[in-house]
This record gives sequence, structure tokens and C-alpha cells, in this order.
Amino acid sequence: MLQAIWALSIKEFLALLRDKRSRAVLIGPPLLQLLVFGYAATFNLNHISVAIYNEDQGEASRQFISQIEGSPNFNIIQYVSKNSDIAPIINNKEALMLIHFGPNFSTNLQKNITAPLQVILDGRNSNTAMISLNYIRSILFTFNQKWASEHGSKSLPSTLQPRTWYNENKQSSWFIIPGIIGLITLIVTLTITALSVAREREEGTFDQLLVTPLTPLQILIGKALPGIIIGLVEATVIIIFAAYWFDIPLRGNIGALYLGLLLFLLSAVGIGLMISTISTTQQQAILGTFIFMVPAVLLSGYATPIENMPEIIQWLTYLDPLRYLLIITRGVFLEGDSYTLLFPQYWPMLIIGITTLATTGWLFQKRVV
Amino acid sequence: MNSAASARIRLKGMLIKEGLQIIRDPSSIAIAFILPVVLLFLFGYGVSLDAKHIPIGLVVEQPDTNTASLTGSFSQSTYFTPEYFHSIKAADTALKEHKIEGIVWLKNNFSSQLLNGQTPDIAVLVNGVNSNQAAITQGYIEGTWVTWLQHYANLSGHAFKPTVELEQRVWFNPALNSRLYLVPGLIAIIMTLIGSLLTSMVVAREWDRGTMEAILVTPLHINEFLIGKLIPYFILGMGSMLFTVTLAIWQFDVPLLGSFWLLLLSSTLFMLVSLAIGLLISIVSKNQFIAGQISIMVTFLPAFMLSGFIFDINSMPEVTQLITQIVPARYFVAILQTLFLAGNIWPVLLANMGALVLMLIFFAIIVRKKSTNHLE
Repeated sequence: MLQAIWALSIKEFLALLRDKRSRAVLIGPPLLQLLVFGYAATFNLNHISVAIYNEDQGEASRQFISQIEGSPNFNIIQYVSKNSDIAPIINNKEALMLIHFGPNFSTNLQKNITAPLQVILDGRNSNTAMISLNYIRSILFTFNQKWASEHGSKSLPSTLQPRTWYNENKQSSWFIIPGIIGLITLIVTLTITALSVAREREEGTFDQLLVTPLTPLQILIGKALPGIIIGLVEATVIIIFAAYWFDIPLRGNIGALYLGLLLFLLSAVGIGLMISTISTTQQQAILGTFIFMVPAVLLSGYATPIENMPEIIQWLTYLDPLRYLLIITRGVFLEGDSYTLLFPQYWPMLIIGITTLATTGWLFQKRVV
Repeated sequence: MNSAASARIRLKGMLIKEGLQIIRDPSSIAIAFILPVVLLFLFGYGVSLDAKHIPIGLVVEQPDTNTASLTGSFSQSTYFTPEYFHSIKAADTALKEHKIEGIVWLKNNFSSQLLNGQTPDIAVLVNGVNSNQAAITQGYIEGTWVTWLQHYANLSGHAFKPTVELEQRVWFNPALNSRLYLVPGLIAIIMTLIGSLLTSMVVAREWDRGTMEAILVTPLHINEFLIGKLIPYFILGMGSMLFTVTLAIWQFDVPLLGSFWLLLLSSTLFMLVSLAIGLLISIVSKNQFIAGQISIMVTFLPAFMLSGFIFDINSMPEVTQLITQIVPARYFVAILQTLFLAGNIWPVLLANMGALVLMLIFFAIIVRKKSTNHLE
């Protein structure tokens, strides 16, 4: 019986790997993706283009500007000298932000009067605008504290000592790259398994497979194995790249990561095969994969936090296996998690895997009878 | 019969065949109309980068009126949902279990130091795994602390003034509502799916099923074949675009400040570029599995991640920025965000439309070349 399953798996592997281009598609693009997206997917802004409109002659605005110049996040591209110059610069996307010092900026500060600092932002991408605003706020925060201590006003009654755990420098690549492990593994396994049954249907060989001595359960396992094995290999390569090329710290237990990966692959393969069995053509299978995959990626917490979603949608995310895997990869890489802390992430994936595989098995059976 | 008339008849036949295939296989219709609805609802209502009600832990080792005034500032803020702890250990555990995102820790000598005129430290710990969220959380904590400083200064009699006050004006999207920029960007993603993914699979299918040879022996000219393949998917893509725009404006209240005709023109350009890329992929791959994989990798994912749809292009490394130059979605996303939120801003529109025209010419030439090599 094991032999029969293995024979089917080998046939599946051959169908995938026999063709040189199919092999290349499994290896090249995922790595390219990892490299390109590993660098591209960042929420850290480092060259925010700033224009400055300074009507102030004093020292305070000069000090403030030099702090902006010293920051790696900002890039001063232009100085403007009149009000009417502001609109075109922002409209035409020449600068993302304009900082305006009023004529009395320094004198007000000297007299201990609160001085307004006007900041105009291009809100077309509201996320970039919000992050930039956050950066300028923190520069302002340091400026105010420094000004207060240098100009003799009373020191603040308390101080804030912020520290960040697990990702001390708040590098977004540390967040995104462990996520890419899940993303690419999901894409590769889903497309492989989703096409596997649909391809045989389209070519008419599925009926031949059903009349072989193999039971539906054996066919199911034989179809599932290649997806799981290729997924594991693919994930391993990405994990090695993440740890050694991108230098993401791998602080936790590797075994805990792989247990999560295995359960994730089980659920991904289950979903892929289910889509494949429902579809009658490869086109349907690919499009079905998309209709599942796109929401699965969006709701997984890959780029946008689940906590920000409305409650009903948060409930929906519990059906998404990628949600659990991302907590596991980030937990093991950055937070040093081990089995016990990750247990709540393991069993939901097991349930998703068993349910989808059982449904697929049942659909097979229905076709046999 | 003259040759133009027979070409018309052949093209008509091809169009009927393709049209029937679309109608008979509901999955094409599903991707053109169901997927946009799913995506719009997810982006419109679900996915958001705007943090609210962040769960944080407040550790108060010795509660009294001073600590109560500080923790009160946190519970009044809409940004936080505070949870109280008596020891840092309990809060640490909660942070590890992801029950809270950050900790504000007031040690037991907080009040006594404050009253003696010393400067007590307030320790702030933030879970930095999601760096973006961590920065936002930390910013909000700082803001809440400044609010408390002012409140405390008023109570204790000596006035505290922040020396410089930020006056922010965010143009085009004053409320910083992320839905307003995500929803227009989605149009680019959806059109990429139809133009490149769906189209590449359709031509590859002819090879997979062996019907390509059957078509090649008919008198159908190569140009007629290409046009016959493209027109139905062009219509499907544009229909989907109009449908998405309708939902964006009337269901999600995204303003369309620019001209509708410019939107239609730039969408047409982008659709043609996507179709050309889709055709190119299918001609090269000749197999649905490979065509599907390549389209996902070179069109869908770049449209998502390298187009400026979510991630800021200027912050990417130089090499990656260069790569984004060949992603057509990049230009279309810039056009969409400008047309919807800012209006007809010609310098932005012309530069990006110009880039799309260049890409169209480039890909059209390659498709023409490749198709004569591969198909004849």
C-alpha cells in the first residue's frame, strides 16, 4: 500500500519536475521574490523629500533645520521663498512634506511664547504621510527638550524612557521577511496542489487514476505528499536566506518553527487539493486559488495588523492558516518562542488541514461511486 | 470575396469562440466581478493601517492620585485600551503572549520623586516585532504623556508650555484615512489580474489542449489571432474597472476629483500594457502551470509590492527603485491616487501616462516578434 502511494507521488514529482521550465519556475522566481521584496517591503521611510519655507531670520529655525538635515529619514530638496510656491511642489509630488517657519518663530521662542510649526503633507498615500508625521514629531520632541534645557526654563517634571523589544531598531525588514517565508510557501504549495487534480481532469487522466487499484485515500496522500515536500524544501531555502543573507536573528527553537511549517503545509495542501477537486479545468483551479489566496494574504497580518481590523473580520482571520504561521515565524525568529508558547497556533492549522483533506477525500469518493 | 471582408469574418469567428469560452467557464467572470468585490470589501472595511484601541499594559507599583492622573490620560485616549498590572512580571508575560502591545511602567517611587521635585523615569516597553505598529504606539504614548504633563502643570500651579507646537495639514486626505488611497490602488491590482494572469492562462490553454495546432492550420492570420484573443479580455478588464470605480465612489465614498475621461484613458493604456505582458508570458511558456506561476511572480506580486500601492518607493534601496521603473502598475497607481484624491494634476499625469505609452510600444513590439517566431 505504501509502495502504491509512493509510486503515485513519484509520478506527481515527475509531472512537475520533468520539464526544465517547470523546475526553473519552482526555484528561480521565489528566490528573486525574496530578494526583491526583502528589500522593497519596508515601512521605514529613509528619504522623505522635504521642502522648507523659512520666513524666520533667527537661530531657532536654523537649529531645527540642522536637526532635519542630520536625520537619515529626511532629505531637504528645496527652499521656497513665497507662499504661492507651496502648492505646486506638493501637487507635483516634488516633495512629500513642506515645513513652514513663521516670521516670528525665533522671537516667540526667546520670549517663551509657544511657536507654531506648520507642516503640510501630501496625503495621497496616507500611510506614508502618517509615518512621516511621526518622524517629524519625534524630532520636535527632542528639539523641545533640548531648547527647554538650554534656555533655562524649568526642566520637565518626569522623563520618558522608551525601549523596543525584539526589534530594537524598529527595522521593518525584521517584520516583513519572516512573513515572506509564509507568503512564498503558500503561493508555491497552493499552485502546485491546486493544479494537480485539475490538470488530470482536463487531460482526462483522472478517470484512469480512479480505476487503478489505489483507494481514494491513497490517491489523496499521493497527491498531497509532493506539495508538502516541495513546500518544505522551498521554505528551508528561504529560512536560510532570511537568517544568513538578511541577518534576521533566529532566536527561538527551529523544531518549533518546523512543526508549525509542517502543520501549515498540511492545511495549505488540503485547501489546494479541495480547490483542485472542485475545479474541472486548470484555469478554474488557478482562479479559485486566487480567490482564496488574495484574502488569505490580506487577512493574515502580513502587512497590516489584524488588531486594526473590525471585529467581524478579525473572526474571519481565524480560518486563515497563514495567520497562524506568521505568528510562528515571527515568534521563533524574533521573540525566541518555543513549543509551549506557540501551542495556540498549532492546533487550528491541524484542524483546517484535517477538515479540508477529509472534504477532498469525500469529493473523490463521490466521483468514484 | 476580397481579403478585408474575409479577415473580418475570420476575426468575428475568433471573437465568438473566445466570447463563448468566457461565458461557458464562469471562472473568468468570477475573477472580473467577484474578486473585485471581495478585494474592495477587504480593503474598504477590513485592512487598515490606522491603529486605534491599542491594548497596552499600565504597571502601577504604588497607586495614588498622581499615578491615577497619568493612567487616566491613557484610559481617556481613544488610541489605547489600557489594562492594569501590579507587577512588571505579569505585564511582561502578557506582552510575550501578545495580549498587549506595550507597557508603561510607573515604579514605586514615582510619586515621591515627583513631589520632591526630582525627575522620575517612566519606562516604556514596546513590542517591536511589527516595527511600523511599534513606532505608532510609541508616538501615541509620547503624545499622551505630553497631554498629562500639561494637565499636571496646570494642577500644580506652574505653567508648562511645549515650546514648539506642531500644526499639521495633510492635503488630499486630511483625516489620514487609509481606505482613500488603498481603494483606488486596487483598480491597478484587479486589472493586472485580468490583463496578465487570466490572459496568459487563456493562450497557454490552447497549447496545453493541443488546440493551438488546430488554430495554426486555419487561414487565421497571426494578427487576427492576437486581436481575437485580446478584445474579449480587454472588454472584461474595462468592465471590471468601471464596476470597481462605481463601487469605490458610491459604496466607499472615495472622491473622484479628477476627470473621469482621463481615468478611462489611462485605464485603457494600462489594460493594453497588461494584456501585452499576459500574451507575452503565454507565448513564451506554452503551459498553463508555468504561465500561471510566471504571471503571479512578475505581474501580480510586483503590482502589489513594488508599485507604491502599499510600500513607499522612495524608501526602497536604489536597485529596487530601478526595478520598480519597469513595473507598469507603478505608473498606474500614481495616476490613480492623483486622479482620485488630488485632481487633474498635469505634470504627474503626463509623466506617468507617457511611461505607460512607452511600455505599451515596447511590449507590443516584443509580442509581435515573439509571436511570429513561436506561432508560425
